[in-house]
Amino acid sequence: MVKHKIFLSFSLLEIIVLSILFLYGHATVTARSKNEMPSKKELVRYLKLTDLSLWTEARYTRHPSQADIFTPFQDFPSSPEHFPAGSIIAPENIISSTKKQAGRFQGQAL
Amino acid sequence: MRHLKILEYALSSLFRRKYRNLSIVAVYALTIGILASILFLTHSLKTEATYLLHDAPELIVQKISAGRHDLIPSEYTEKISTIPGVGSAEPRYWGYYYDSLTHSNYTLIGIDDTIPGLSLLEGKMPSVSGECAVGAGVGHARIAGTGDTITLFNSKDTPVVFHIAGVFRSESNILTNDLIVMGEKDFLHFFELPAGRSTDITVSVNNPNEIATIAGKIKKLYPDTRPITKSEIIRTYDAVFNWRSGMMLTIFSSALIAFCILAWDKATGISAEEKHEIGILKAIGWDTADILELKFWEGIVISLTSLLVGLIAAFIHVFFLNAPILTPVIKGWSVLFPDFRLTPYIDIYQIFVLAFLTVTPYVASTIIPSWKTAITDPENVMRN
Repeated sequence: MVKHKIFLSFSLLEIIVLSILFLYGHATVTARSKNEMPSKKELVRYLKLTDLSLWTEARYTRHPSQADIFTPFQDFPSSPEHFPAGSIIAPENIISSTKKQAGRFQGQAL
Repeated sequence: MRHLKILEYALSSLFRRKYRNLSIVAVYALTIGILASILFLTHSLKTEATYLLHDAPELIVQKISAGRHDLIPSEYTEKISTIPGVGSAEPRYWGYYYDSLTHSNYTLIGIDDTIPGLSLLEGKMPSVSGECAVGAGVGHARIAGTGDTITLFNSKDTPVVFHIAGVFRSESNILTNDLIVMGEKDFLHFFELPAGRSTDITVSVNNPNEIATIAGKIKKLYPDTRPITKSEIIRTYDAVFNWRSGMMLTIFSSALIAFCILAWDKATGISAEEKHEIGILKAIGWDTADILELKFWEGIVISLTSLLVGLIAAFIHVFFLNAPILTPVIKGWSVLFPDFRLTPYIDIYQIFVLAFLTVTPYVASTIIPSWKTAITDPENVMRN
């Protein structure tokens, strides 16, 4: 009757470690929200930034929010994707928005 | 006490096949670790983007010409600022610069002189002509700091020297890594932009509920423009890091397929040795319920250990080591990639979903084939 004690103790230890990590995470989030976040928000406000500086290889990956709405594959229809980051960005739900627009135009025509 | 004894027996049973079970725990924990790392990383970046971009301009107005983003005339700015509900409309100057020396792209921003000293800037903002402030990534690429100079080639391929008045601290890398901020006049002169034109217009709206209405009015006033609202900007980053995105889908599906193979292997049948063991247990008086409980404990021991080890490993990998395994996937072809510290935003709901989607199928795939064997006559099981 030793093995189950070892297993239960090991599982408890893992749960304690995970809880400590999550508590550390919570404390870090709270500290950064108080200290770093206002300064970063100040940068966004004053420099009028709209995007994160993550992917600098192309216009539509550096500023995805400012790029054409049909990005990725923006260079010409059915062009192959040039940059790996382009495949990270999910395409817009073009079909539903096209349907909506079509409905609007139909309504106008009638 | 009875449950503990069955657990003890389950552990002894697992220990008899320790190499096989240890390899299952290793693969299982690795699968959970990869899935949890992706969830932690994308949730952290998404939450950070949402918080930060909450302070982005309420509306950005671009001019579209021949289906492409074009420079916008200043009269658009004046007219837009007169629309009722608009707080202010200001031109924004920004563009890209390819540095052939380091093979990297920079984002150049032209600012007016009204920006005060920023707390995440070491040094000062450019105040006179010929000065600039650079991101840590640019400073690192050009091996330059505050007080040094940086030479850029303008549109006529003439070198232009800028004095670095300040460098953005590394804490702001996620926003400023590739930035070169200079005075508005320097920017216009550097790119030789025509007078009275800007890259786009930022519009502040007095009542946030009216943003969509103002965007509609601008579109009606100038049909050749594209107003981008703040919510659209935030939604973009939601789309970038949600489960539909390519990276998530690729890694998630391959990890899920690996896990399905593991579960399928378990569910399609148990070994002759295990069947024999169940037959003996039934013959010496164990109930079907006892055998199911035994298999339940076996499944729980393996899946709970793997889940906890996987989650701990994922947390350390993403938030202490800055996700070295996933960063190359995100980095793509970027020469300047920020060396950011990820903020540990945790979504408990995601953890529960991950636990449910991995533990339940494994435990079920352990119990179901054993149940089939347990309800068969023990003599038949042992003979087969």
